[in-house]
Amino acid sequence: MQDINLKITDRTGVTHDIVAPTDMAMNLMEVVRSYELAEEGTIGICGGMAMCASCQCYIKSDHDLPVMSDDEDAMLAEAFNVEDNSRLGCQIQITPELEGLEVELAPED
Amino acid sequence: MITTDILIIGAGPTGLFTVFEAGLLKLKCHLIDALPQPGGQCSEIYPKKPIYDIPAYPEILAGDLTHKLMEQIKQFEPGFTLGERAETINKQNDGTFIVTTNKGTKHHAKIVAIAGGLGSFEPRKPKIDNLTDYENKGVEYIIKEPELYRNKKVVISGGGDSALDWAIFLSNIASEVTLIHRRNEFRGALDSVEKAQELKNLGKINIITPAEVKGILGNDNVTGVAVQKKGEDAFIIDADHFIPLFGLSPKLGPIGNWGLEIEKNAIKVNNALDYQTNIPGIYAIGDVNTYPGKLKLILCGFHEATLMCQSAYKRIFPNKKYVMKYTTVGGVEGFDGTKKEAPKAVVKAIQ
Repeated sequence: MQDINLKITDRTGVTHDIVAPTDMAMNLMEVVRSYELAEEGTIGICGGMAMCASCQCYIKSDHDLPVMSDDEDAMLAEAFNVEDNSRLGCQIQITPELEGLEVELAPED
Repeated sequence: MITTDILIIGAGPTGLFTVFEAGLLKLKCHLIDALPQPGGQCSEIYPKKPIYDIPAYPEILAGDLTHKLMEQIKQFEPGFTLGERAETINKQNDGTFIVTTNKGTKHHAKIVAIAGGLGSFEPRKPKIDNLTDYENKGVEYIIKEPELYRNKKVVISGGGDSALDWAIFLSNIASEVTLIHRRNEFRGALDSVEKAQELKNLGKINIITPAEVKGILGNDNVTGVAVQKKGEDAFIIDADHFIPLFGLSPKLGPIGNWGLEIEKNAIKVNNALDYQTNIPGIYAIGDVNTYPGKLKLILCGFHEATLMCQSAYKRIFPNKKYVMKYTTVGGVEGFDGTKKEAPKAVVKAIQ
């Protein structure tokens, strides 16, 4: 299985070039945590169940992402700082198709 | 004043299991939790979700895990202070502690075990500039006393279960109920959504979507809110109360100011020994603590609680000899007079 390259802009505005594995069933929130790009306790609070919006991010590149589930859609309806390109990182699985993905972390609630 | 041996802050799975391990050592426990019910995240965030890594349970719902823990600790008669947040701690000259909640309830304990998870659950506040100026002056994040709203004009914002359910409930009490949500769709139990639709048709609830509350009007108290529909100019709705209901999120809160060493939003503990913090007599177990290699798993919290109780016992009774006993051998003797034990074998000749 291949690794993919991502560009993740953290909450302080710094962009990081990240290599993420596609064979560990990881999602974007977990990748952010594994590189400690957001402080522990401020991201992935619900553990990745789309039940908080602490992993909200803005998708900056033009990738075809998996469709939003009802849960994710409903959570974003109640989240703050939501933009048209908002997604929950925990709902985006790291797959080879996401090579080159660029995202920015939304501010902390 | 509530007195106990071990005061547990946080009634999630780790806090609840602590009662069991302490009970085996004949130590009494009392729990404080900011939520109105025990179970922590398991009951507040995901009661209907399955957990697959509780040993010997191939699958168990988080809500059921809470119920089973409550059943398991019943005979040790834990006390609960629910719906209150531990606010301050004072170490006494004799090494014991007094913990006071935000409502002033005082607890006196020999040992404090912080099993606070990610912190206490606080309402999420929408970003409205002058929102906090009107807290308790017409802005409430939690509905405690529905009578407060009798014959008043109420604006609720939010799109989940609690927003829907309170809009429905208050439609019989308030003179006017307006529900505002950023989307056209609401997320809730089918019954609630249908009931809200019915009340809207009857003119008992005003529903404004897709819209957001952008500002609050009033001098001393709330007199109205400014509402904006997407792409339109804001307009004003008269209101005596504005209730934003956007769920709860955990915050470490006052515990962060207790002089404990904090790292990564968690409390540093000695995991080589007994999960004690930098303040002797205060332990931190479960998701709230951190140490090299920490994993925030319920099963790790159970282990930490067990070791912590043994250490607490030695701290309370420094000169008393004790070795850990297996429950299979020693049984479980409750504080309520019950005793569970393995059935005894008989010795009898067979003729």
